[in-house]
Amino acid sequence: MTVTKEQIESHGLKTEEYKKIKELLSRDPNLLELGIFSAMWNEHCSYKSSKIHLKKLPTKNNIVIQGPGENAGVIDIGGNDAIVFKIESHNHPSFIEPYQGAATGVGGILRDVFTMGARPIALMNSIHFGSPENKKTQNLLSGVVSGIGGYGNSVGIPTVGGETKFNSTYNENILVNAMAIGHANKNKIFYSKAKGLNKPVVYVGSKTGRDGIHGATMASAEFDENSEEKKPTVQVGDPFTEKLLLEACLELMKDNSIISIQDMGAAGLTSSSIEMASKGKLGIELDLNKVPCRENNMSPYEMMLSESQERMLIILDDKKEKEAKKIFDKWDLDFVVIGKTTDTNRLILNFDNKKVADIPIPALADKAPLYDRKWVKSKLPKNKVKIKDLKKIKIEDALIKILSSPNHSNKNWITDQYDQIVMCDTVQKSGGDSAVVRIHNKDKAIAISVDSSANYCKADPKSGGKQIVCENWRNLISVGAKPLAITNCLNFGNPEKPKIMGEFVECVDGIKEACEFLNFPVVSGNVSFYNETNSKSIFPTPVIGGIGVIDNLKRIVDIKTKKSGNLIIVIGKTIGHITQSSFLQENFSIFDGPPPEINLVNEKNNGLAVLQLIRDNLVMSAHDISSGGMLVSLSEMSIHSGLGLKIYKPKKLVNLFEYFFGEDQGRYLIEISKNNIKKIETFLRKNNIFFEVIAEVQNDTFEIEKTFSLKIKDLHNYNNQWYSKYNAIN
Amino acid sequence: MKSSVIVFPGSNCDRDVAVALERLQFKNSMVWHKETELPKSDLIVVPGGFSYGDYLRSGAIAAKSNILSEVISAGKKGALVLGICNGFQILIECGLLQGALLRNSGLKFISKDILVKVQSNKNKFFNKYKSDEILKLNIAHNEGNYFTNKKHLEELENNELIPIKYCDEKGNINLKSNPNGSINNIAGIFNKNKNILGMMPHPERMADKILSGEDGLGLFLSLMN
Repeated sequence: MTVTKEQIESHGLKTEEYKKIKELLSRDPNLLELGIFSAMWNEHCSYKSSKIHLKKLPTKNNIVIQGPGENAGVIDIGGNDAIVFKIESHNHPSFIEPYQGAATGVGGILRDVFTMGARPIALMNSIHFGSPENKKTQNLLSGVVSGIGGYGNSVGIPTVGGETKFNSTYNENILVNAMAIGHANKNKIFYSKAKGLNKPVVYVGSKTGRDGIHGATMASAEFDENSEEKKPTVQVGDPFTEKLLLEACLELMKDNSIISIQDMGAAGLTSSSIEMASKGKLGIELDLNKVPCRENNMSPYEMMLSESQERMLIILDDKKEKEAKKIFDKWDLDFVVIGKTTDTNRLILNFDNKKVADIPIPALADKAPLYDRKWVKSKLPKNKVKIKDLKKIKIEDALIKILSSPNHSNKNWITDQYDQIVMCDTVQKSGGDSAVVRIHNKDKAIAISVDSSANYCKADPKSGGKQIVCENWRNLISVGAKPLAITNCLNFGNPEKPKIMGEFVECVDGIKEACEFLNFPVVSGNVSFYNETNSKSIFPTPVIGGIGVIDNLKRIVDIKTKKSGNLIIVIGKTIGHITQSSFLQENFSIFDGPPPEINLVNEKNNGLAVLQLIRDNLVMSAHDISSGGMLVSLSEMSIHSGLGLKIYKPKKLVNLFEYFFGEDQGRYLIEISKNNIKKIETFLRKNNIFFEVIAEVQNDTFEIEKTFSLKIKDLHNYNNQWYSKYNAIN
Repeated sequence: MKSSVIVFPGSNCDRDVAVALERLQFKNSMVWHKETELPKSDLIVVPGGFSYGDYLRSGAIAAKSNILSEVISAGKKGALVLGICNGFQILIECGLLQGALLRNSGLKFISKDILVKVQSNKNKFFNKYKSDEILKLNIAHNEGNYFTNKKHLEELENNELIPIKYCDEKGNINLKSNPNGSINNIAGIFNKNKNILGMMPHPERMADKILSGEDGLGLFLSLMN
């Protein structure tokens, strides 16, 4: 029975793609085979639109153990320690079903990390919602946050930070990106490449149900008003089983019985079996009657395309089967040999003693379509904004407006729903520039930061791409970490549109340039296209998750000012770039103009200088200057510590608004003791670092000389009200 | 001192409490829930987490596990038993402690540092603290809203069976300093003999200066006294 035209279309395959399938098979596929091709060739699994551009990113250096292409990236942090990490999107499911969508996003990324032999030690996230006024936003925010917490809390991995942003561009297409970080012994990393003939292919974990069928295809198409109907394609998470699977896998990994292992994520059993076989240049044969099923009468089609969660596929040393099964029995998990590796290079599926599918594996993997899509350069905004043409406002009112805005308000309402310190290694929770997590039992820690700047990327994709890498780098430095590597989650609209493809290409170029210059390679990541509803795309939103290492636990700094009488120095030059700033957006709703320029040389020099000062124990607290500019960053240091600041007026003739709210890049605020000022000045001059002494720490008043004065308590209140008011139970 | 930490499928604070105990030189064993015998121990800890995924009702399934019958008989014979968070829920579900832990009044999972005031130090668990001392501890739970009937509440209040109550920085015990709706701001309770303690805050999370503080150490030190 050949497939119909409607079936081809409903599988998201284009006419020419179907033609190619026929060529590769030398016949028409049956429905099961069509489903398998559709699952492997969709954008989400095949990266067909992004691959040629992603190849430009730097992915190697002396600390990279494994770059992109595996379940997660792996880096060397010295000694025997490796960090395994990745970020991934779960945007489409979370919009349809916020709790389960977000929860399974966390579950999926955790599996990517422990599949490689790492114990997960932290979770982070980047979540973007529509404008708070949009009637869907409150429900989505509440559901996504509960889902992230519900899963991570239960598995017992601390959710240590992240970012939450609101912008009407996400009204009909929210972003939920989850990042997991694990720790492994660098000599015991597990990979997905199959090896050896006739080795048992073992299915472990949850049973297969009918949930999530065609989830990856759903995530590779735009939304419209009927998207609600896609609810059944959203998977349902079971964090309890995940915890058992995590412990069972790590127990099994203590010895050498695993040849290769792959989690069943997007496109479930299909993509896991094909990826393993394809990497090992082997064939794989499965007996689908053996697949543990949750429901009766499941068809081969349903089994192969289900995205039921908490499942893994393992290729095992055939001599170790018994011992391995014992471990899974202990954890009450299914452990079933469902097939074997072969030398045929084909995927062969048997069901009820009949061969139901037979596909050459290269056709599904290496020969998947690859597109060099048309793209156009973005038009860069040139408009300048003159402050003196704007309505007059007071500097303190502008500050309060920013601090009490949804995007700058304190996010305790969210983070109080996340267990941030289970595992007892969280040195710095969310709220600072980076989270800091100790390596268990070691005098060593990692810093983690997740960043995005969609407004900048919309205005100028290339410079925006550079900026997020730099901001991430800065955030890691600000706690005293040496930045090592990043993972990225690239959230964009429909790549078939040249304008959107252009945004993607230019953002990737920007990321590449910054990563190369800073020696900050990309080791893993994920692309999420088709973030569009009714043809309206989101702003280009690449998200960067970065890791840094801290070799001495005594040299960690945070953003809390420490002592009255200490000085605050701003490192880096303040020019007063005001377009695309929070100041103009929050106070005047002006979204026009170019984003701040990125000077990679200054970025690097300033960052390395700050890191050196921290390592020399000369910095009491530090904070990078980002969204909101210098005054907002200064106020954040004060709000966190409860200590005030006396801020000096700039000596040169500059507009105060531009000076205090401009978002010039490459800048840091550091708190130092007066006794050390000479030493620090000499060091900075010697390294040609631009700096100014900007403020002095004092008791409880936050003021700019001769301009305004506010009580810290009030500042704190302005910053702390929005979320609880917005989410008050009415 | 010998201690045993019970491990259920879904426990996730078992390692944390073991680390705290071992730092203080407890000889600790991890005891799997399917075991039918407890190693000889001066202290039995039922740790936090999501035993059996919190399915059915928090703690309900764990309360029926093999090892729990051993814990119950040891507790009844006077062994020191400490249930933290999910462990407290389990001790209630298995009947070693009375009352109920309801869903938090705000209907959200809460994880944050809170303050508690020591109500009584005349017991095995808090003797290293001063009475009225304010401790910073961390909570992380969905169902920590303690409730009990009037008679039992009076018994708890009158017999120093409530060792800690939620408070603010000044030590005020009131609605504002109550994170989860717990009756009388109760953060933990004893059984009649004060050898079994259930508490929602996690002392093991405050046992390391580089993390969030050391206010929880006193509890383990008290046990060694």
